[in-house]
Amino acid sequence: MEDIIISTLQRTMVAGTPLLLATTGEIICERSGILNLGVEGVMALGAVTAFIVTMTTGSPWLGVLAALAAGMVISVIHAFTSVTLQANQVVSGLALTMLGLGLAGMVGKPYVGKPLAIKMEDITIPVLSDIPYIGKALFSQSPFFFLAIGLALVSWFFLQRTRLGIQIRSTGENPKATETQGVNVFLIRYLSVIIGGGFSALAGAHLSISYSKSWIEGMTAGRGWIAIALTIFALWNPGRAIWAAFLFGGIFVAQYLMQPLGISPNFLAMLPYIATLLILVLISLKDPRKLNAPAMLAAPYKRGER
Amino acid sequence: MEGISKSFHGIHANKEISLSVGSGEILGLLGENGAGKTTLMNILYGLYQPDAGQIKINGNPVRITNPMESILYGIGMVHQHFMLIQNHSVIENIALGYKDTPFFFPKIKIKEKVASFSRQFNFTIDLNKKIWQLSAGEQQRVEIIKALLNGADLLILDEPTSVLTPKEIEELITILRQMKADGHSVIFISHKLDEIMNICDRVVVLQKGSIVGRADTGQTDKKTLARMMVGRDVVFTISREKLAKGRQVLRADQIHVTGDMGLPAVKGVSFDLYENEIFGIAGVAGNGQRELAEAITGIRRVDSGKITINGKDITNLSPRHIYDHGVSHVPEERIRFGIAPGLFLYDNAILKQHHLKKFSRRYFLKYSQVKNHTQGIVDDFKVLTHSIENQIRNLSGGNIQKLILGREISEQPNLLVASHPTYGLDVGATEFLRQHLLKLRKQGSAVLLFSEDLEEIFELCDRIAVIFAGEFMGIFDSDDERLCEIGLMMAGSRRIPRCIQ
Amino acid sequence: MIRLSYTDRYQITRLRALMTNIFSLAAGLFVISIIFLIAGVNPLFAISEIFQGSFGSMYGFKETITKAIPLILIGAGLTLAFRAKFWNIGAEGQLLMGAIFSTWTGLAFGNTLPSFAIIPLMFAAGFLGGALWGIIPAILKIKYAINEVISTLMLNYICAHILTMLIVGPWKGASRFGFPGTDNLPDAATLSVIPGSRIHYITLMLALACAAILALAIYKTRFGYEARVVGENPDAGKYAGINFFKTTLVLMAISGGLAGLAGVGEVAGIHHYLGYPTSVSSGYGFTAIIVAWLAKLNPLYAVISGIFFAGILVGGDAIQISLGLPAATVEIVNGTLLIFLIMGEYFLHNKITVTFSRA
Repeated sequence: MEDIIISTLQRTMVAGTPLLLATTGEIICERSGILNLGVEGVMALGAVTAFIVTMTTGSPWLGVLAALAAGMVISVIHAFTSVTLQANQVVSGLALTMLGLGLAGMVGKPYVGKPLAIKMEDITIPVLSDIPYIGKALFSQSPFFFLAIGLALVSWFFLQRTRLGIQIRSTGENPKATETQGVNVFLIRYLSVIIGGGFSALAGAHLSISYSKSWIEGMTAGRGWIAIALTIFALWNPGRAIWAAFLFGGIFVAQYLMQPLGISPNFLAMLPYIATLLILVLISLKDPRKLNAPAMLAAPYKRGER
Repeated sequence: MEGISKSFHGIHANKEISLSVGSGEILGLLGENGAGKTTLMNILYGLYQPDAGQIKINGNPVRITNPMESILYGIGMVHQHFMLIQNHSVIENIALGYKDTPFFFPKIKIKEKVASFSRQFNFTIDLNKKIWQLSAGEQQRVEIIKALLNGADLLILDEPTSVLTPKEIEELITILRQMKADGHSVIFISHKLDEIMNICDRVVVLQKGSIVGRADTGQTDKKTLARMMVGRDVVFTISREKLAKGRQVLRADQIHVTGDMGLPAVKGVSFDLYENEIFGIAGVAGNGQRELAEAITGIRRVDSGKITINGKDITNLSPRHIYDHGVSHVPEERIRFGIAPGLFLYDNAILKQHHLKKFSRRYFLKYSQVKNHTQGIVDDFKVLTHSIENQIRNLSGGNIQKLILGREISEQPNLLVASHPTYGLDVGATEFLRQHLLKLRKQGSAVLLFSEDLEEIFELCDRIAVIFAGEFMGIFDSDDERLCEIGLMMAGSRRIPRCIQ
Repeated sequence: MIRLSYTDRYQITRLRALMTNIFSLAAGLFVISIIFLIAGVNPLFAISEIFQGSFGSMYGFKETITKAIPLILIGAGLTLAFRAKFWNIGAEGQLLMGAIFSTWTGLAFGNTLPSFAIIPLMFAAGFLGGALWGIIPAILKIKYAINEVISTLMLNYICAHILTMLIVGPWKGASRFGFPGTDNLPDAATLSVIPGSRIHYITLMLALACAAILALAIYKTRFGYEARVVGENPDAGKYAGINFFKTTLVLMAISGGLAGLAGVGEVAGIHHYLGYPTSVSSGYGFTAIIVAWLAKLNPLYAVISGIFFAGILVGGDAIQISLGLPAATVEIVNGTLLIFLIMGEYFLHNKITVTFSRA
């Protein structure tokens, strides 16, 4: 029994890690007022990049850096269309998803199914990891796990307790007012989109070099979309995102737990998506003052509008 | 500023403007809406770049390419529509605007700085309150603190009194006089002659983008300035013939309405309205006028109370039903509620009438009828556009307002609810609209006019109510002498005052 | 020094819009060529293969029309939804739901009813299924303010799993020998095709008719007017007395229903049985988004746009075989073209002037 609990907890943490990374990135992006629906594509690109670079160079850390770079570079496209061209952000994000998934599929074809020789080793923190039950789950994990939590906390800190954070949040609430304060709204938005993309790519990297240690097309399995839902669920707060991501990690894992009970695996596979909808409904019922979204989310901003 | 010129889309907003301000001086910038005052100041503040001309500070020519630079040069601006983040707290807004905000923990470090400033200028504002919780006057004070904190030597105020109660205006004047004594310079933009004469040392008058006059306020009078502003003598009173009241059109009984933030906005308002009458509700914007107008026209829920039109109960009916009872509405926020920006003029011209038999048959719209109707409105109301196939967002604010008014009036309403209809319009359009309201009154309609412009209220209305914080301070006939204290009533005083000569 | 300034462009003529579209596509193709080059593929060869494969041969052309059918149906429906700014990303799920409903109808009654009775019944059922799946996100948005992008997406996944659940469980056909899938539809319940091709012409005619009807609806009816106003400015819609709830429900029922019809076409016209989600629809729901966008949200243009993207799909299959490129290549083409379309729109709405000045 204890083994089951420990392994469930462990797997929950693992499942939640990419969700947390991507959600944190999307929160930063949306806080500046830009909606990025390309998370799924960027994640896939990050995954394939990390895999290929790790495979060829033998260093998983280089793979991580490469994924980060790839995610940031491709996000520039979305930043350009959304911020400079003020195009429709929904369509632009979808285009980014298609492009990302497509590029990942094409570039990754030769690597499908090949096992990763060098893996990203788990880190085990001494002493803490000996705590019964949660020790193994929380303190003997892939470095990505600690990275995800760290980045979430750092993001929270930056958003709430620094000048840059005030600037980012103000841009999302009221870009016109923010600009009159001398803040370069365009730059802030570009930055937020690019950083957000980088985080999503890191999420992908986790999937390919730490979680499954292989690459196949479609391995992101809709996690990018769930991350977008989680940003709402987390009320655009990276701290809350930690709870949200691991809650959902748990739901993913629950699928496997319930399988021996004879429930159809397809029904279980539906659970995360149904849960997403249910939770959004619950939030909406609880807070009639509507979800605290940054006021000008997804509204294009034209400088010097008369 | 020397020889400043600026054009937008081929329209000259500023034509070779030169002016100067010295320290310890308050300069007034007078002009109608659209004269170019705000554009000029936005250039000074760095939001726009001039097409030609030069700016000199302390004799040295400078180029200001963004607000940050103008802030560094000691220029601060308080815009007409406050540049504040509603959902953030006062301290966060200040931190956003302050040029030396520390990177880490900005809120904590700025609090001390703000405290010392507050003592100096007697500001007492809770720094942790969110902006939407503050009154207009308090929000303006936050804006002023921001500018002063950045070391502004020159403060630009754009139409600062448009949202203030008379008491808050007094407080603002005190602050400005103090700043003047301290050696600051102020540029005061306004279209209100009284204020310019009262507050400013010198005044520059703009009309259609050029300077048409300069004066020392001590050596001129309102009439001269008005003539400079408009180019002709402005008639200060429109003659309004006395008309006998007709049947009762509207009856509102103990109306209670809740506002956007969940707080009560209208608290027990009762009044009635008759044919051949214009009933004015005077008050500073934000005292429940919008919510009351929305309740009567069906956009907002009435929590309790009853509204009847011609005897029929219309409380909480849908906007369309209320419209069918003959109630038209010129909304306060025209762009937000009145038009679909990307659609064409003729689509917008039937926004509320598209369900009527004359424009639609079963499921289809009769577009030829629609276009004729639109052309009629454009001609009658002199809406400036090169075609009715134009997207409505390409029109200027005044012309959009004319189209909306034309649309609402064209169906000969029983009751027209007009919310601040001339706000932001130039003198020509304003006069035009007011004449039309009088025309409606003569034709037998009832007009409910919400306005902050006391001149307008006294010109047009047969009876006047004063609203403050969601309640009526009193309902008076237009010749009631107690109205001399209307300013006090707008600020909340309920006692029936005796006039002070 | 070079200075770029941009101003709004007021007069947008159809010719200009068309030219902009063509330039955007050309620019997109150029970039795609570069991508191919980097991937070690001869771009000229690849692109000519794509067009050869889809329009160059009779076989290819017929395949293109076949694939255009669902794209036109869904694309037309999306132009309506997008005009009301309801971002329906769930056409995949709506298609599958239509397939499910119509398969049930076909299997249940196909043996007892003649063709001319069962076929319309199946289309009706398919429309109903898609409409239902489209109404759900509409209700979620209206009642709970849930962003439709997320709800429609989630419903895609949910429907795909429902379908899989059905075909490996209660609906598994005895004739399948253990492989997932329903039995074959009875002959009466299948759509006939143009001889020598896979074009199920009834659906094709339906698609063209729907595009025309939808165009009529958008531009000439009260409902279309109200949908457009709601998309432009929901506040103005409220003020104008437009029932946001009813309008949104109806337009999503239509958009979903049309996707459902596409699903019927795929099952009854091509496969003749219900299999895995990926076999029923090869991403038509997503590709249709670009179809609608290229058509500038005009259902009539969606016909041309649908044929164009069907050509890309077919061409994509062709180079998969001849060049060994993976299926995902098509996504690259789609994504890149869409990005360039968006960029093109910017040039359409803004006039860019370049000024050279000294110093």
